[in-house]
Amino acid sequence: MKTIGKPVERFEDLRLLRGRGSYVDDQHAEGMLHAAILRSNVAHARIRSISADKARRMPGVHAIFTAEDVAKGAPVPTIPLRLAPLPELVPFEQPVIAQREVNYVGEPLALVVADTLAQAEDALDAIELDLEPLPAVVDCHQGRLAITYTATKGNALGAQAPYRRKERLAVQRHTAVCMEPRGLLATWDGARTKLTVSGAAKVPFSTRRMLAKNMDLPEDCIDMLEPDVGGGFGVRGEFYPEDFLIPFAARRLGRPVKWTEDRRENLLASNHSREMDCEIEILCERDGRIVALRGTAWVDMGAYMRANGSIPPRNVAQFLSGPYRVPNIHVQSHALLTNKTPVGTYRGPGRFEADFFRERLLDMAAKDLGIDPVEFRRRNLPTSGEMPYPLATITPPEKKEQLDSGDYAAALDRCLAEFGWAEKAKLNGKQIDGRYHGVAIACFIEGGAAGPRENARIELDGRGGATVYVGSANVGQGLETVCAQIAAEALDLPMEKIRVLHGSTTHLKEGFGAFHSRSVVMGGSAILDAAQKLKASGARSAEGTFAGHLHTYSYGAAAAHVAVDPRTGHVQLVDYLMVEDVGRVINPLTANGQAVGAVVQGLGGTLLEHLQYDAEGQFLTASLADYLLPGADDFPSIRAIITGNSPSPNNPLGAKGAGEGGIVPVGGVVANAVAAALAPLGVEPRALPLSPPRVWELVNARR
Amino acid sequence: MNVRFQLNGKAVQAEVPARTTLADCIRHELRQTGTHVGCEHGVCGACTVIVNGAAVRSCLMLAVQADGAIVVTVEGLSDESKLSPLQAAFRKHHALQCGFCTPGMLTTAHAFLSEEPDADKARIREVLSGNLCRCTGYIAIVEAVYEARAAYRK
Repeated sequence: MKTIGKPVERFEDLRLLRGRGSYVDDQHAEGMLHAAILRSNVAHARIRSISADKARRMPGVHAIFTAEDVAKGAPVPTIPLRLAPLPELVPFEQPVIAQREVNYVGEPLALVVADTLAQAEDALDAIELDLEPLPAVVDCHQGRLAITYTATKGNALGAQAPYRRKERLAVQRHTAVCMEPRGLLATWDGARTKLTVSGAAKVPFSTRRMLAKNMDLPEDCIDMLEPDVGGGFGVRGEFYPEDFLIPFAARRLGRPVKWTEDRRENLLASNHSREMDCEIEILCERDGRIVALRGTAWVDMGAYMRANGSIPPRNVAQFLSGPYRVPNIHVQSHALLTNKTPVGTYRGPGRFEADFFRERLLDMAAKDLGIDPVEFRRRNLPTSGEMPYPLATITPPEKKEQLDSGDYAAALDRCLAEFGWAEKAKLNGKQIDGRYHGVAIACFIEGGAAGPRENARIELDGRGGATVYVGSANVGQGLETVCAQIAAEALDLPMEKIRVLHGSTTHLKEGFGAFHSRSVVMGGSAILDAAQKLKASGARSAEGTFAGHLHTYSYGAAAAHVAVDPRTGHVQLVDYLMVEDVGRVINPLTANGQAVGAVVQGLGGTLLEHLQYDAEGQFLTASLADYLLPGADDFPSIRAIITGNSPSPNNPLGAKGAGEGGIVPVGGVVANAVAAALAPLGVEPRALPLSPPRVWELVNARR
Repeated sequence: MNVRFQLNGKAVQAEVPARTTLADCIRHELRQTGTHVGCEHGVCGACTVIVNGAAVRSCLMLAVQADGAIVVTVEGLSDESKLSPLQAAFRKHHALQCGFCTPGMLTTAHAFLSEEPDADKARIREVLSGNLCRCTGYIAIVEAVYEARAAYRK
């Protein structure tokens, strides 16, 4: 039965729409206690003392743990890098609880466990802290260098060209802000030496490995359970301090312990992302062909190098060239430490930033050279005959990349046609009812299919149905339905007969989870392998694996039409359209949903969202009243067209990632549309967000 | 303090400290966990429940304030056998992804369409602007609510 490519309504919805999902905070365990975390309220300080005697006597309090309880004078465990680990980054790893110093507002200092959450929070207030303030670094240009990554291709440093332009550009700190706050429920069974942790997400097997090491337990003594997950976007599910502290408390007390962060903690303690600036030079021939990109990026890592902190600085350098034919590249990316919340990946990490930098430069160069911005891009897109096309190589550690397949110009043309570019471009710089109109278009790629492999197992139930176990993880994207579509077609069974179980460490010996747009590509290919083996062997059960290190590249183009009010600085998004080819569309309904949702997140990061600090490193945006997320009335006209014209040669499904592409071009294309609108005033945005005060300042600086 | 109210058609009671919010009472005392808590400061709308016909933020209302009230949560919007027209429209339009904000979207939309079954899309957007969703970008939610209007017309 053909199920792949059909707009199948999701299985997940039947429980989620009736309030029958099971998110971690929905779960109760017999004898469960509640944890709350005392966090630093200053950005940088030496810890003189933490006195919890009074708090320990408060009603309902069972225990208060500090670094002293965790380590007994020895150094407390630190959180290793999951991605691109290097020995030279070990000194910058975050301890699971602050021991001698605090390095950002929000760093955990103590854990209170009590009968109720209210009692635990009451006790937090009774802990006496003596902190000796130290100077805080809030500007990464004054920060300590953790590492420098270098992306190279050809000979950019020696390149010559008749046209060159160098610009300084910047993206502000912002992050995912999943609607479900993070949470954990840990249960210790001493008699069986079994630790069970619910609330795992994204990479449960990796988290188990780190937890086992830090708790000195064999891995098979720990079960990580993945419940319903209320959004991930790269931020949820990495190993955080709480992923040690809550299981530690459960084991020490012999009671189940639950912790659910509140929104303030979520904004303070979950990974931040995106904050970086750069000085980049573009070199072109007179006809617009790009000769080289070269320059430097400075990335604010916050206080520590977290589990996936290496990725934004690596990606911004390696993917600065995006989908374009750039023969010579040299970009250095400095990862710098500050006294702010540590940084990790957020949907399209480093790529959103790189696209803003690059697309701004391309429009400035096209204008200088007198070339139409669409034509400028078209001349620089590799043809399908040039695939696989090499990108820059990043070090350290060394990673080569190549674009796998695609007709990039066709996606650009489709976007132009569907957007109605020819008509709308006539509005550029026109003032209508007081507002300036502008349009822009940008091309992008989305990396997917992170290796090294993924596993699946299929078991026939003997009643005409099958259970599919897969090592991919669900973070709210609809993995169950999409995997069931793949399995149903491969096994020739009706979808209703397929049950998909995923994520938890109890299903398979090994799994790799949900990051780098890999769940469907890798997990789906593993399911295909298991199905083939099952059919070939005639057995009731079969295991499948898909291994691969070559990334997939979805690609496309996005166009934006804005109207800018020069009196208020408000940018109204009049229309937005994106076209993305994802290799093979498994479910058009969910693929479209991923794209539109990603666009609106990108618009938040472009126009609204900003995690702000004052000069002392005090965090200023710790509520949803201060950190502005897009609402239902902000961006009513968003369209996405998802195609599957260029299957990836790297996997049997032909699939590429589909969860991140939508966000990648948004900052660049919207900023270019604003520049096009305000061209009569000579405004060139060089920093995000394009909030009303910033746009107003840009307009008034030119008057 | 003792609090008694009607929850999804059934009389319930709980013994809670005065400071307990209605959200925590429903979720943790009465174990109806369909109502979600996203911000605890009244911005995100995930905890929206219907109290005496009006959509309210159950994180900003104390449980004791609901004494004697008729309270409907997402669990009360449909019966065992099938999705309500509003829920079915959400499924058809893929108006939910992670599903965390969904209970608040559904309760808000249900209370709203019960009052204004002829609302246009601009009005729908205005009313839903008090409920945050991080996954969908809202386009599909607005379509779903717009389509569900027919079921609310008398």
